[in-house]
Amino acid sequence: MKSHLTFELNGEATETFCEPRQSLLEVLRDELKLTGSKEGCNNGNCGACSVLLDGRVVNSCIVFGLEAQGRKVTTIEGLAEGGTLHPLQQKFLEHAALQCGICTPGFLVAAKALLDVHPHPTEAQARAWLAGNLCRCTGYDKIIRAVLDAAPSASGGK
Amino acid sequence: MSAKTSGAKIGTYQVIGTRPIRHDGVEKVTGRALYGADLQMAGLLHGRVLRSPHAHARILSIDASAALSMPGVKAVVTTADFPGSGNRVADLGEGTIKVRDLCANVLAGEKALYRGHAIAGVAATTPQVASEALKRIRVEYEVLPPVMDVLEAMKPGAPILQPDLRTEDLGEKGSTPTNVAKHLRFEKGDIAQGFREAERIFEEEFKTSMVHQGYIEPHNGTALWNPGGELTIWTSTQGAFTVRDQVATMLDVPVSRVKVVPMEIGGGFGGKIPVYLEPVAALLSRKTGRPVKLLMDRTEVFEGTGPTPGTVIRVKMGARKDGRITAAQAWLAYEAGAFAGSPVVCGMMCIFAPYDVAHQLIDGYDVLLNKPKTAPYRAPGATSAAFATETVLDQISEWAGIDPMKIRRLNGAKEGTRRVDGLVYPRIGYLETVEAACGHPHWTADIEKLPSPQAHTVSTKAHRANLLHGRGVASGFWFNIGLKSSCMASVNPDGTVCLVEGSTDIGGTRTSVAMQLAEVLGISAEDVKPQVVDTNTVGYTDVTGGSRVTFATGLAAIEAARQIERQMIDRAAALWEVKPGDVEVSRGCYRLRAGGKSLTFKELSGKLSDCGGPVVTQVTVDADKHGVGCGFATHVVDVEVDADTGKVTILRYTATQDVGKAIHPAYVEGQIQGGVAQGIGWALNEEYYYDLQGRMQNSSFLDYRMPTALDLPMIEAVLVEVPNPGHPFGVRGVGEVPIVPPPAAIANAISRAIGTRLRTLPMSPARVLEAILKRSR
Amino acid sequence: MKEIAYAAPRTLSEAVHLLSERGPRARVLAGGTDLIVQLRENTLSRRLGGLDPDTIVDVKNIPELTQLVCDPVSGLTIGAAVCCSRIYEDRAVAQHYPCIVDSASLIGSVQIQNRASFGGNLCNASPAADGIPPLVVLKAMLRVVGRNGSRTLPVTDFCTGPGRTVLIPGEVLVSIHVPPPRPRSGARYLRFIPRNEMDIAVVGVASMLELEADLSTIRDAGICLAAVAPTPILVTEAAQALIGKKATPEVFEAAAEASRKAAKPITDMRGEEWQRRHLCGVLTVRTLEDAFHRARGR
Repeated sequence: MKSHLTFELNGEATETFCEPRQSLLEVLRDELKLTGSKEGCNNGNCGACSVLLDGRVVNSCIVFGLEAQGRKVTTIEGLAEGGTLHPLQQKFLEHAALQCGICTPGFLVAAKALLDVHPHPTEAQARAWLAGNLCRCTGYDKIIRAVLDAAPSASGGK
Repeated sequence: MSAKTSGAKIGTYQVIGTRPIRHDGVEKVTGRALYGADLQMAGLLHGRVLRSPHAHARILSIDASAALSMPGVKAVVTTADFPGSGNRVADLGEGTIKVRDLCANVLAGEKALYRGHAIAGVAATTPQVASEALKRIRVEYEVLPPVMDVLEAMKPGAPILQPDLRTEDLGEKGSTPTNVAKHLRFEKGDIAQGFREAERIFEEEFKTSMVHQGYIEPHNGTALWNPGGELTIWTSTQGAFTVRDQVATMLDVPVSRVKVVPMEIGGGFGGKIPVYLEPVAALLSRKTGRPVKLLMDRTEVFEGTGPTPGTVIRVKMGARKDGRITAAQAWLAYEAGAFAGSPVVCGMMCIFAPYDVAHQLIDGYDVLLNKPKTAPYRAPGATSAAFATETVLDQISEWAGIDPMKIRRLNGAKEGTRRVDGLVYPRIGYLETVEAACGHPHWTADIEKLPSPQAHTVSTKAHRANLLHGRGVASGFWFNIGLKSSCMASVNPDGTVCLVEGSTDIGGTRTSVAMQLAEVLGISAEDVKPQVVDTNTVGYTDVTGGSRVTFATGLAAIEAARQIERQMIDRAAALWEVKPGDVEVSRGCYRLRAGGKSLTFKELSGKLSDCGGPVVTQVTVDADKHGVGCGFATHVVDVEVDADTGKVTILRYTATQDVGKAIHPAYVEGQIQGGVAQGIGWALNEEYYYDLQGRMQNSSFLDYRMPTALDLPMIEAVLVEVPNPGHPFGVRGVGEVPIVPPPAAIANAISRAIGTRLRTLPMSPARVLEAILKRSR
Repeated sequence: MKEIAYAAPRTLSEAVHLLSERGPRARVLAGGTDLIVQLRENTLSRRLGGLDPDTIVDVKNIPELTQLVCDPVSGLTIGAAVCCSRIYEDRAVAQHYPCIVDSASLIGSVQIQNRASFGGNLCNASPAADGIPPLVVLKAMLRVVGRNGSRTLPVTDFCTGPGRTVLIPGEVLVSIHVPPPRPRSGARYLRFIPRNEMDIAVVGVASMLELEADLSTIRDAGICLAAVAPTPILVTEAAQALIGKKATPEVFEAAAEASRKAAKPITDMRGEEWQRRHLCGVLTVRTLEDAFHRARGR
């Protein structure tokens, strides 16, 4: 039996139906067709499915969809505003901080959460904050550089 | 294509060497790029695969009736659904395999040969129903003893995986059942003579564990086999054509009946060359008449898809006190997994490849055991081989009292050196990588003993006395491959060019290929619109693997650009009513030789409809004919070892590599950084950890322990450019070499730090601690 | 397909009522970092004696389970469902209970810390739980509410084995109470993992020291080891080796020896038996040194 679910998704009131056992990731991907959040491990160990739940970054694969009831969810699809890339997105492009791109949405969401808390993170802070996001292509070097470089514009710009 | 190398000249580029934003970038940073799992389709069924819980078992019966009677379950398939396949052989791009083995790996035949081996596929209306149905399929097994160690598997009396397997021993077929599929040998000079010339002989044994490529995107495959007999497959793959060919071979249908649509691919590193799910999805679709999508979970990826082999390698090297190596002998046994086909031959080619040694003898063994069938992984076979050689070389360097850089300079291969498998090197840049490493500030700097950014998690009160430091060096080699690539290009009226290619883009090759086309045409990278298309839309193109795409598909794009340029000259001539010979072109500007008239590429593009219509071209190349550039690298690493715990921290890492010519330096650096990171994981923590029954215990990202951002420092990539004479811009493959040196470099650094050597991978905290405690006893 | 019901009660009594009514097949959901994975991988039924769960009771809307009150006089009360990041972001907690912050800030990733709770850590009862050793050495008390009212028990009595606790069906862990920090006391939690984040502890050690007015004689001590026995273990022999002594390297080493002796580790994919025993000693010394500094700094 499906349950009714209403929440705010990327700034818009959203309603859908889902099975109680479905994860938020499954609700986003399978019910709402927002496939930007990726499944890499489905048990909270890779961060590819990172979303913001009431502003805090979580692995959507280990959140029940129904837990989002009445709350705010931000996914990768909600990062760019009004047709303008978020500074993090822009810096990821400029720094070549992605190769295959499968982990990229998760990194961007987690990095946004980082900059929301620490607008000017140190390298150590960025590494610690992003350690829950696995990337197998880049060795993290360019990702960390992009995040550190995005810091001033992300906090000052918008 | 013609082998002429006119056009752009080395060193004077406008596009090559710049860092434009990749063409598919915006889609990927906004979450809009569609990977295999993202596919949605009306009427889609969801499939799951039942896998063997045993490492070795005879399959006595499979009863799917209870599953089939569940509401929502539409079909179940087993190996019996494959057409008879005989003993045909298929080429996967990085090696050949028997069709029977191919089918039996996708859906087990008489026996389950490893835990996680696929037994049956089920299609249902939802993934949940499909998962539930798996529990209702009854499989009766006769459990057999597994063999999990390569040396054990080689012994007489070992459990036999495939009763009809006979060793192919230096070309001769053996007569008794065995797990040793092949014994190969390479020889050069007179090994006995070489050892007679030595003043000291070093002989050591090395062991490395099976490791996985670890791409973040699990395998996926969606198939629709329509009633007209046309099969379409959507999948994340390194090669749409190899999927087409493998599936067509297994299903015994003509390739023209199979169309493969490559979706975006979330990492592969060689592991997404074989097919696993696609044929199962196809069989399920044929039975149901509906599209069927199959996805793996992470455990299935670890247990059911190709890792790279564990190995046992023995290296014996003779040296003189002046540092000269007189002889090099190696014995390599590689785990093939459940079916023949380990990359042992690659290991044999690579093991002494950076060095000019007159006398060499190399024996290699391809050995079956009850582990997943291995698949290529970034420089397949080379990393383990280099771990052995570079460690022994480090021992020689210590014994002779000769600096590690100097000993490499002394013995390094160069143009004209003959590799043990026969190839005589054209211009290579190995020694240049040694010089670059030697000249890098890292090599002469003091080891930075301040806490590194990733080391903040240790005790607040630092135990400085127990932190040991060491610096290590190692080199690596990968031969790179050429193979075939096709592309098409067409000029748009606004002066942009659409580039259609068959190489799936795993890390920015749309851009590195487009840049080469742009360079020749004198337009910007942004004015090329690259697109990766399905197998019906472009000519045959081999896999994205072997570090070949920027080189080989680049060659195709260069030739396409030249053909376009020639057509554009003709059009300009027609427009100006002169002979084509009266038109000259430079950097995208078409001029009347006599002067007076000129048009830019963009202006001319806008006038094409007035002078002959669209400009379109298509090209295919066999890149091996052009001369694949070998890749070499030399790495320097500083480590810190916590002597109380055995934990190793990477403090600083510098990788120098001959990249030929870096088309897009940022993505070349990225290849190097990523390869190094994988090599570090391989060196320190990654391994398949089995219990006694052959069940993998750590089949999750939690316990497989790939490096996180907190485990690595910045990785400095130093691009050394010794142009490959086989490519107009000098491109060499760059993707694979960087994974080769790290385990050896780290082992050498650890040895400097703790005063004793580790010869087993991974050099996990327990192993390092054990070595420290043994030493101090 | 087995149906599962999801309920998010707003009061404790409602939750207790639900849990009592549905029996052992009802599972409490706090951060879900263990529960959802176990549910998906079908490893829960083993814990329930072969029963599949049929009801999920999300307790994150219940005030008692989401309170976080830090008062130097009355102590620290952590609602069982409070996530780790709320704990380490709280300045008062960071000031008065740094050992709890040690543990809260190294459980999993930031994503996990935004979900995982100390209550969940206790109820999941993993031998390697990072959240439990600090609570043990800080002598935390747990408040449990069930059909028949509420009871309070010391944290050391809570876990009975891997995945097993003293909770009976219908009971819910409501909150954790940590007494106010004693003057001149300090505590520290460290774990050993092969990577720098994300791993499960190979060994975890929490140490607490309370000093006499001379700031060098040890008045009270507590050492708790994780991942070396079916439940976290309080090593009383280690405390005995410390109490009444001056804090010296030799005394710390004696405590380390007691830790090594008390440990009953196994070999598995996360560590070797001998390695774990060895690390118990190493981490006992390191945590004692840090605890000593914290105690003097207070």
